[in-house]
Parts: sequence; structure tokens; C-alpha cells
Amino acid sequence: MSDDKRLNKTRRNLVIATCAAGGAASVAAAVPFAASWMPSERAKAGGAAVEADISKLEPGQIMTVEWRSKPVWIVRRTKEMLDGLASVDSKVSDPASDVPMQPEYAKNEYRSIKPEVLVLVGICSHLGCSPQSKPAEAKAEMGADWVGGFFCPCHGSKFDLAGRVYKGAPAPVNLEVPKYTYLSDNRILIGEDKKGA
Amino acid sequence: MAATEKPPVSGSGSVALDGLLTWIDQRFPLISTWKAHLAEYYAPKNFNFWYYFGSLAMLVLAIQIVTGIFLTMNYKPDANLAFASVEYIMREVPGGWIIRYMHSTGASAFFICVYLHMFRALLYGSHRKPRELMWIFGVLIYLCLMAEAFFGYLLPWGQMSYWGAQVIINLFSAIPLIGPDLSLWIRGDYVISDATLNRFFALHVIAIPLVLLGLVMAHLLALHEVGSNNPDGIEIKKHKDANGVPLDGIPFHPYYTVKDILGVVVFMIVFAFIVFFAPEMGGYFLEYNNFVPADPLQTPAHIAPVWYFTPYYSILRAVPPLFNSQFPGVVAMGVSVMVLFVLPWLDRGAVRSIRYRGTHFKGALAAFVIVFLVLGYLGTEPITVWGQFGAWLGNADRATVAARICTVIYFLFFILMPWYTKVDKTKPEPERVTH
Repeated sequence: MSDDKRLNKTRRNLVIATCAAGGAASVAAAVPFAASWMPSERAKAGGAAVEADISKLEPGQIMTVEWRSKPVWIVRRTKEMLDGLASVDSKVSDPASDVPMQPEYAKNEYRSIKPEVLVLVGICSHLGCSPQSKPAEAKAEMGADWVGGFFCPCHGSKFDLAGRVYKGAPAPVNLEVPKYTYLSDNRILIGEDKKGA
Repeated sequence: MAATEKPPVSGSGSVALDGLLTWIDQRFPLISTWKAHLAEYYAPKNFNFWYYFGSLAMLVLAIQIVTGIFLTMNYKPDANLAFASVEYIMREVPGGWIIRYMHSTGASAFFICVYLHMFRALLYGSHRKPRELMWIFGVLIYLCLMAEAFFGYLLPWGQMSYWGAQVIINLFSAIPLIGPDLSLWIRGDYVISDATLNRFFALHVIAIPLVLLGLVMAHLLALHEVGSNNPDGIEIKKHKDANGVPLDGIPFHPYYTVKDILGVVVFMIVFAFIVFFAPEMGGYFLEYNNFVPADPLQTPAHIAPVWYFTPYYSILRAVPPLFNSQFPGVVAMGVSVMVLFVLPWLDRGAVRSIRYRGTHFKGALAAFVIVFLVLGYLGTEPITVWGQFGAWLGNADRATVAARICTVIYFLFFILMPWYTKVDKTKPEPERVTH
């Protein structure tokens, strides 16, 4: 009754239980809405691995393959390009690729399975812009000691020809090497390796 | 019968109108609402220029809603059609160009009004007790506005739309542990795609505007509960006449409705000038790169957010990565906005208004305004804009060093506020408002 000031504990517990049940039901009801924001089956299918044929890639050339709508660069590096890598070891922030931005099989001085073939996701590790290829000939623009690599126009990060980031750049880590595997000498599957996607 | 307990409405000058108003008032709180919020809402009589921007922000909100509704009638939220549908609006829909330019100019005008409105609060201490909650609603409105601007900017599906969104969504990737999954969830795909565009459209045209309108309502209700501050920063409710009306208060209607209409007229002249003659505002209101369709494989040479985000963008860029992570920069950017929430409790000044504050506060506020503008400018430019220092400073980019100094001053303004507002030598406040 309204003039009864005593607390009805049974009633209060019922109110608490009702609120808890209602709250839990509301959270459960939010699940399908939140889940609807996850990639759809179609988006997942679109993110499947892609195959690249590198038989026509000449030494020194770069080709771009689209994987998950991201540019993946494949560079057939020349001997000079590979030799140039060692010369910038002191200028890059993670010369030994200790930060896991590559699969285990690409954690070596060339960041690749075969030394001459570089496979790299062409998206800056800073904020996702796509860097531009700057060959060693671009010395006028990149400085006299430039040995070739990539330059991100958004915030000025520089990378060498193994995708290793130069010190002092806003990008915190090296460019990502995706999972990939050789189907044959000239056919690369990007996005999947022997262990799966 | 409740319907007969209220007195009939009289004095409209027409018996028929009196009858209609009486009929409505007995079924709806018409007269009491009119009185509480307009005819008998007493605002201080010494409002000045700075008090235009609240009502102008509401005007811009109305412009954005009306023009936005009409834009959705021709816009297509589809990655394959969006860019072309905006071109279609601009070139083929009769009057489409003016509706779109009003909407794009309105976005910038909204931020101009809101920034000046917030600066007014800083000047006269409008965020101080008992108006803390109104200030918090205001900051929430500002956050909604940022979300609204960000989601809306993706819709034209131009290069800047695409890559700007890419940069912002990747900020979430920097959050430890959950980051990559969180950004995947926001995009709904491995990259910004049709799924992202579609959900951003939904958020931009319905979800955020609904929240925004609710917050504006809460902001106004809180204002009318505590009453308006004024350029003297004193409470007009301290001196009331026999009827309980503040001696320094005047009814909002007709006095301030008329004053605000003057502001509206001047504002509309400027607004129309921009819409007709400079809708791109030299690349600041509409960025030139956005006239190129979005291309996921080609990043524009220089990515800059629209001007109203650039101070925070500068802070993001200024903070160097730590432990191979750019998360510290993201945190600094987030904190630089969120710190506004606690502003009412950081300010310990004995007086509210800058008119009676001492040199400490005036100096700090001036420094804050300068660094905010410098950060804003630097955020629109590449970091190489001012060249490099010599070898003695490690060839550092001058702009980065400047942005770092400004970022430190930006945070010091807030961190030191409890100290410098407290020790400030303030002048005595007047009893009654001055002109």
C-alpha cells in the first residue's frame, strides 16, 4: 500500500530480475544488428586468393595485382637492386624484419621466398595510402643516396626495395608481405600459402 | 473536465483565432510552451555579436536537413553509381547544383558557427557551473557533427572521399588487439567498398541526424532550465522584480528573435555569396581531388581532410610512433577532442567572463587560438610545406616541429587550466550587467 514505507523485498527482487532479463534480451537483440556489419559472404568470396603470372615480368620491372582491392606489387629485382638493400640497412628502422609484417618464409634479408621476386602489399603501414614506386633514377627528387624504393605521398614515408621503412618516417613498420606461394616457377598465388588463407 | 480548467486564450485580435487557440491550448500545452521558451524566457539584455552563432547553427541545421532530403531524391548510395549520381545532380537535375552547393557550403558553415559558438563559451565562461551539462550536450553535438561530416564526405565517392575514409578507418586499426577486426567491422569488407558506402549513407541520412536533433533539444532544454549566460558572466537571476522577472532580462521574443533575424539576414548574404561565387572556396570547402572518381589502386599525391578536421589531423601527424605503433598519435587526437568534456571542471577561475579575468587566462586563451589556427593550417598542407631545418636539427621538417610545439601548447592549455585560472588576478564582477 502507498502508506506502507517498508521495503517489499520480494517485489524489489522481481523488479531487479525483470530489468536484468530485459537488459539481457536487449543485448541479445542487438547481436544480429552488429553482426550485419561483418563482411557478407559475397565480400568474403571477393577477398579470396588471386593468381599472378610473372613470366612476362622483366628484371627491374614492377607489376600490380589486385587482391582484396588492394594493390599487390610484384617486382623482379635486379642484382644491383638486391645489392642496394644491404647498403640501407643502417637507414631503415627494422632491417631484420623483426616486426611480423611478413610470413615466416619471407623473414629474410630480401623479405621474399625467391630473392629476386618481391611480393608486397602496396599499402602504407601508416594510414593506408598507396606509396609510389621511385626507382634509383629518382635521385633528384629523393636525395643523392637514394637506391630505389617506394615513397608514400600522403605523409612522406620512404621504403626500400624490400618494403623496409626508413627511419624517421611516420610509418611505424615495414610494408606488409602477404601470404603467397609458388604454384609453378612463374605462377604465384597471393593471399594463400601451403598452410591456407 | 480538464478542458475547461484552463482560461480561454484572448488578445490575438480576432475572436475566431482566440477560439481556435483556446481549443488547441486545452488539448496541448501551447500557451505555456510559448511563454516558457519564447515570450517569457528572459535572456540577459547585454547579448553581443558572439550570441548570434547558436541560432545560426540551428539555421544551418535546418538548411542541411532540407537540402539533404532533396539530395537523397537523386543520389545513389552504390559504389558503381554514386559518383555519377552526384554529377547528375550537378548537371542535369534542375536546381540540383544549388541544392548540393548549399549542402556542401552548409557543412563548412555549420563548423564555422559551432567553432565560434564554442569560442564564445570560452570567452564568457558559458561552460561553467551551472551550465556544465549544457556544455556536455554541446560537445556531444560537436562529436555528432564530426561523425556526420565524416560519413557524408564518403558519399560523393571521389578520390578524397575514398582515401580520407581510408585514413580515418585505419585509425581504428591502430587500437591494440581489437583494431584490425574493428576496422573490418566498420568497413564490412577488406577494403572500403560498396558495403561501407551503403552503411555510411544510412548513418549520414538518418541515424546521426536523429541523435543530433535529440541532442539539440536537450541542449536547448538545459539552456532554458538554467538560463543564458552573458558577456559579463554574472547571473541575472540574482536581481528580480516583484513578479520574479530578472531586472536585466528581456523576453527572448520579440527582442532576441528580431536580433537573430538580423544575424540570419547577414549570414544568408555571406552564405549565398559563397554558394554562387565560391562554392569550392579555393579547395577548402570542396577539395579538388574529389572531382576524380574513387580509385582504390591510386592514392592522391596529397591527402588532407576538410579544413574543420585539420587541427586534430595535425595533432595525429605530430605524434611520433611509439613501440612500432601509431596508436599514441590516435590517442592524442582522440584526447584532444574528448578533453572538452571536462572543461567545466578544469576551469577554476573566480569569475566567468574574460572581461574580469586576469592576464593568465587571456594569454592562455590567445595562445590556444593561435595554435589551433596554426595546427588547422598545417593540417591542410603536406609536412614539407615549410621545408627542412639544417643538419643541426637532423633535417627535421619545419612543419612537423611546429606542429609538435603547437600540440604541446594545445594540451598545456587544458592541463594547466586548473592552475592558471586559479592564480589569475581577476577584477571584481559588477552586480548588474553592463553594455
